[in-house]
Amino acid sequence: MEKVALVMRELPFILGGVGTTVQLAVIALAMGFVIGLPLALMEVYGSRGVRWVVSTYGTLFRSVPLLVLIFIFYFIVAKVAELSNFSAAALAMGLRSAAYQSEIFRGAIQSVGTGQMTAARSLGMTRFQAIRHVVLPQALRLAIPGWGNEAAVVLKDTSFAYAIGVAELMRRAEYASARTYEPFAIFTGCAAVYFLMTFGLTRLLTRVESAYRVRT
Amino acid sequence: MSTLSPEPVKPLLDGSLKNENEKKREIVRVSGLKKSFGSLEVLKGIDLSVREGEVVVIVGPSGTGKSTLLRCINLLTEPDAGHVWVDGAEITARGADVNKIRAKTGMVFQEFNLFNHLTALNNVAIGLKVVKKIPEEEARRRAMEELERVGLSSKASSYPAELSGGQKQRVAIARALAMDPRVMLFDEPTSALDPELIGEVLEVMKKLASEGMTMLVVSHEMGFAKEVADRIVFMEGGLIVEEGPPDVMFSAPKKARTKEFLGKIGAIHGGTVVA
Ligand SMILES: Nc1ncnc2c1ncn2[C@@H]1O[C@H](COP(=O)(O)OP(=O)(O)OP(=O)(O)O)[C@@H](O)[C@H]1O
Ligand SMILES: [Mg+2]
Repeated sequence: MEKVALVMRELPFILGGVGTTVQLAVIALAMGFVIGLPLALMEVYGSRGVRWVVSTYGTLFRSVPLLVLIFIFYFIVAKVAELSNFSAAALAMGLRSAAYQSEIFRGAIQSVGTGQMTAARSLGMTRFQAIRHVVLPQALRLAIPGWGNEAAVVLKDTSFAYAIGVAELMRRAEYASARTYEPFAIFTGCAAVYFLMTFGLTRLLTRVESAYRVRT
Repeated sequence: MSTLSPEPVKPLLDGSLKNENEKKREIVRVSGLKKSFGSLEVLKGIDLSVREGEVVVIVGPSGTGKSTLLRCINLLTEPDAGHVWVDGAEITARGADVNKIRAKTGMVFQEFNLFNHLTALNNVAIGLKVVKKIPEEEARRRAMEELERVGLSSKASSYPAELSGGQKQRVAIARALAMDPRVMLFDEPTSALDPELIGEVLEVMKKLASEGMTMLVVSHEMGFAKEVADRIVFMEGGLIVEEGPPDVMFSAPKKARTKEFLGKIGAIHGGTVVA
């Protein structure tokens, strides 16, 4: 009972990190989307050379552990470009999410089927118009489940930013734990907060998905 | 800019006109068309001419290049050699505005290929909006007219998944018609349909033909061919073996192979009666 009281006492301090955690996740996901979607289009519709560049990018960013990426961006890129530790983490996570999101969108675009493109072109649409009005509206809907999964992963992976001192949820929990000598209680509380955020996000995306489902 | 052919219509040898049709303008002209996929030569030099209002039915064994021929006409497939003119404009010319010329052809596919995320109405309207830049209201009004033309205005707000195969194909026809094509290309429009749904699609096609639409149809529906076609083209091995009016092709073809093939598919596909 007194453990609960302790967690309740520390909770406002820990929750103070939620804003940073959410910001980091939103920036990383947005960056991943803005870069990942064009990468996917390039991988599906691009020339051989373009496809090679894209798939190499994907392979690189998917093969390096996130913590290593964050350190590379913090100790090398951020030092050279004079970025804050938050920016270094956001950049590392965004570029990595772009690699994963491009895979999600590539799969979704490919599962739309060539007949849709052919039919659009037969009406006189340019390739760009066909992608914009026929392929993407379907592909984006198909991508929602996979994207939701990626969003949940990114949200939880923001905790890695604690390693370079970004004051997000995990970092604050760490402080609280050091201060109270109650790691079990504090991290259980911390886990509950991550759980609630992830659960809420997943529920939201499930709703979005069913609202926009395309039956075939 | 020089997509207009100097004179796509072949001058007749003796200067006299054999029948009314030949006075008409040439809508599609294919000359010396060749296409290979890798080492497989699919089209080995096709010459074909379709005049305004003509209904030409193409038949031939599977893998003979019928679909490839249709797809070369609107350049969905790029030919290796030869020329194609649509309504006087050469789509195979260097620098031709392919999208613009392609919009003069309407295409109907075996697998319908309706846009799954759009209602029937929007399937028909999207080409008008995106390609012809017609404003929303006007596009929807015209799309509705096209749906009426194929008897499906009541299904305007249904999604493709909610339609039967026959209804899907009729929406696909309306979608192509909305672009005001000079010629309609049909690639086995009824072969993916359950037998009881074939009739409604053939019915729409017959109506189109009677309205004077120029049509190039790959189909093995021999009942339809006998009734509606002005000409039957028999293709085999990437070449046109023989062509002629249905009565001649069915009763007195010049080539033994034509007789054999038409006899065979007549026995299988001749039975679909269009009410
Ligand atoms: N994009 C392609 N790449 C490689 N080969 C192809 C391609 N399209 C068609 N072919 C091949 O070309 C040949 C002719 O195909 P096509 O679809 O034109 O024949 P078809 O006469 O329409 O036959 P069917 O009656 O079966 O529809 C076939 O052997 C086919 O496998
Ligand atoms: Mg075919």
